[in-house]
Amino acid sequence: MNRYSSWKYTLILIVLAVGIFYALPNLYGSVPAVQISASSASAEVSELTELQVNIALDDAGIEPVSMELTEGRLTIRFADEETQLRARDALQESLGISYVVALNLAPATPDWLRDLGAEPMFLGLDLRGGVHFLMEVDMQAAVKTSEERYVSEIRTSLRENKVRYKTITRNDEGGLLVRYRDAVQKIDGDKLIDDNYRDLDVVEVVTEEPETHYRLNPDVVKETQKNALQQNITTLRKRVNELGVAEPVIQQQGLKRIVVQLPGVQDTARAKDILGATATLEFRMVDDDHSVQDAIDGPVPAGSRLYNNRSGGQILLKKRVMLTGDSIIDASSGIDQRSGGADVSITLDGKGAKQFSNATRDNVGRRMAVVFIETKTETIKVDGEMVKKRRKIEEVINAATIQEQLGKRFHITGIGSTQEARNLALLLRAGALAAPIEIVEERTVGPSLGKDNITKGFNSVKIGFILVLIFMAIYYRVFGLFADIALTLNLVLIVSLLSLLQATLTLPGIAGIVLTVGMAVDANVLIFERIREEIRNGNSPQTSIHAGYAKAFSTITDANITTLIAALVLFSFGTGPIKGFAVTLSLGIICSMFTAIMVTRALVNLTYGGRKLDKLRI
Amino acid sequence: MKLLKEELNIDFMGKRKLATIFSAILMAVSIVSLATQGLNLGVDFTGGTLVEVGYDKAAGLESIRSDLAASEFGEATVQYFGSASEVLIRVAPREGVNTAEISSSILELLRSDGQVVEMRRVEFVGPQVGEELTEDGGLAMLYALLGILIYVALRFQMRFSIGAIAALVHDVIITMGVFSILQMDFDLTVLAALLAVIGYSLNDTIVVFDRIRENFHKMRKANPIEVMNTSLNQTLSRTIMTSLTTLLVLMSLFLVGGEIIHGFSTALIIGVVIGTYSSIFVASPVTLALGISKEDLMPVEKEGADQDHI
Repeated sequence: MNRYSSWKYTLILIVLAVGIFYALPNLYGSVPAVQISASSASAEVSELTELQVNIALDDAGIEPVSMELTEGRLTIRFADEETQLRARDALQESLGISYVVALNLAPATPDWLRDLGAEPMFLGLDLRGGVHFLMEVDMQAAVKTSEERYVSEIRTSLRENKVRYKTITRNDEGGLLVRYRDAVQKIDGDKLIDDNYRDLDVVEVVTEEPETHYRLNPDVVKETQKNALQQNITTLRKRVNELGVAEPVIQQQGLKRIVVQLPGVQDTARAKDILGATATLEFRMVDDDHSVQDAIDGPVPAGSRLYNNRSGGQILLKKRVMLTGDSIIDASSGIDQRSGGADVSITLDGKGAKQFSNATRDNVGRRMAVVFIETKTETIKVDGEMVKKRRKIEEVINAATIQEQLGKRFHITGIGSTQEARNLALLLRAGALAAPIEIVEERTVGPSLGKDNITKGFNSVKIGFILVLIFMAIYYRVFGLFADIALTLNLVLIVSLLSLLQATLTLPGIAGIVLTVGMAVDANVLIFERIREEIRNGNSPQTSIHAGYAKAFSTITDANITTLIAALVLFSFGTGPIKGFAVTLSLGIICSMFTAIMVTRALVNLTYGGRKLDKLRI
Repeated sequence: MKLLKEELNIDFMGKRKLATIFSAILMAVSIVSLATQGLNLGVDFTGGTLVEVGYDKAAGLESIRSDLAASEFGEATVQYFGSASEVLIRVAPREGVNTAEISSSILELLRSDGQVVEMRRVEFVGPQVGEELTEDGGLAMLYALLGILIYVALRFQMRFSIGAIAALVHDVIITMGVFSILQMDFDLTVLAALLAVIGYSLNDTIVVFDRIRENFHKMRKANPIEVMNTSLNQTLSRTIMTSLTTLLVLMSLFLVGGEIIHGFSTALIIGVVIGTYSSIFVASPVTLALGISKEDLMPVEKEGADQDHI
């Protein structure tokens, strides 16, 4: 009695072998590395880059430990941090701005393990240091932009078809209003809009006036918002690339939020500025036909608008936009040779270049203004409630006479500082956000605290684990040792599962492991107490072992399933760190079912099974 | 080695009146404290900014406070965190400022007099996110209880299920009560710990219930009180053993796990102690009070199984 069939032993051995194998990479730690990725669409990390990198490192006299090309990223490992820093500088210089060269810590896993897909656990930001942002996209603004586009399209369309309208406006609370000269024009206009703008629904309003109210079709609103979110994610990804971060995470969360995680980033202020920035440029003609003073005093001339000038005062600009930031494909900052101030060189895409060269050709000798547009969010208190307010800042940074027809490349001056020029160039390169975003949650952990967390977390696992080992061995003697072996294997299995799933390990996650260590022995306690009881009731040792395991089984299952329910709820509710706790707790429970029942039983059977026993050391 | 005598016969159920009074007092004190002074909620729930900074020597709280007050952060709370060289600064959600930038301005302010100040941690939670987290947290607690209620009702019987939930609610309220009375920080990790307490306490209760069910079958002549007493005595050494090992690891977490995890380990330590008590003195008496009997646990005969097919 109490013998396992050989397939059970085989199963246990296989699980253990696989477990130990995938837990192995965690023993190797990490090494300083440099990671290279492409920052613009035109660049690509390929074998060619690898060659270039080799030459650059050779020239600098640096010997890399290894080089690896995966998923468009080149990871180069170095012996120490000093070499890593020197290499970064050398590579940045040699590769130029089309590539992002970021410092990173790469796992020192040997190749033979990596080839089989074994990787160390993925550490959360609270352990490795870095920033976590939760950003909310302003969906109303996205819809507003789309409605404004309709206003301008309908205006053009009505004009082209000679339909006489009075005004076309966008209501503050959403929706469009088209007002016509008379009822006849309204009939033409309604038909034209109905034929060409399927996305607009007519809103029935009782009115005597020749006017029509529209609103965006709800499906289109949804679509617009979805697109805004997607485009923002794309833009954020580009901006993060520009910041030079290794292994960033940019993910959608829910319907209007985006999670951005930047491991290892220290300068959170700059990260915040760049990620949340809505800065873009617009080019408009200056209205020199009317006087600025008249516009300030009286009605602003139709087709023109007053803008603030950055250098002070106001300036009158034409409403029609010549060119928006969307047409800009490349931008870089520099120093203007003539004035010595900061400037930004701009490259346009084909369509933009054509549009711009036509517009400037017709306007040689007249003044053109560069408008800098930025949206800022502020929280103010209204009736005790915190309300978010958005303020759009539009200022003219530069107005100069067009000397000649401008083409694909040109540069603008009038920017305050070199830092501002650098940021503006970066933002223009990465593209504008489709809708403003706001940081609604930030969690930053400095590198020293991250290291502290790892040390303290692992120390508490170690100490708790050793205490439990000693306690069990003293209390249950030989059986206690079996439980200890099972507990050790349980830890190995948890680590290997975490590595295999690449689930994020956080500090609460480590706490979950600690808790599991304490609770995992519960199954063994249940079994062993049951065996003691059976012996007390006068049963033979072998029968007691058998009955102990059999009777405790359903109790263990029930108890663990209920804990698992709590862990699953935690997982579905959890934000990052809490999720980590739920993951390790669940994995711990599942692994402990295997180790505490099957592994200890196998050990017991191997030691005591199939022979006559007078006494059990339990 | 054994902690307890082999044949135990403690009259747990006989002391259930005493236990009820004890539990009622603890619950009442907790509820009064929760109602009057509430929980000392962290930025996770209230929204706001938390900045932890490290100095290379002991930091003077007073000078930091006056620096902050001299600027725009007069209402900030400043305290040591773990050691005298680490300082925690908290600012409530405020108006007129792009809230995400508060942490940057605080760091800038502290560094302005040339001191070496290391940023160790920044947590900023917008007011809306805070509200959501509070709501989600409450919901999570309810879902966990509901899921458990259903599982226990299916595996055992409704009366057991209510007994188990009563014990869990008891544990959660008292643990929260301790946090309220001592005004300890209640943040997301503490909430996670509370859910773990639910899991742990239930684990304990289920083990006892399992034995009660078994003994109802075995001890055919005994009344429910005797069955429960026997079951509690039989599982007592296991209950104590598991609580001890769990408390061992929790103490290690509390002592070496660091300041950030303190609230978490404290909540679990309190919860494990209360949970052990409640699985003996709350879960079973409530089940008994609801009128559990042997028949409730007998396998239900299928309706019509004894009738001949027509």
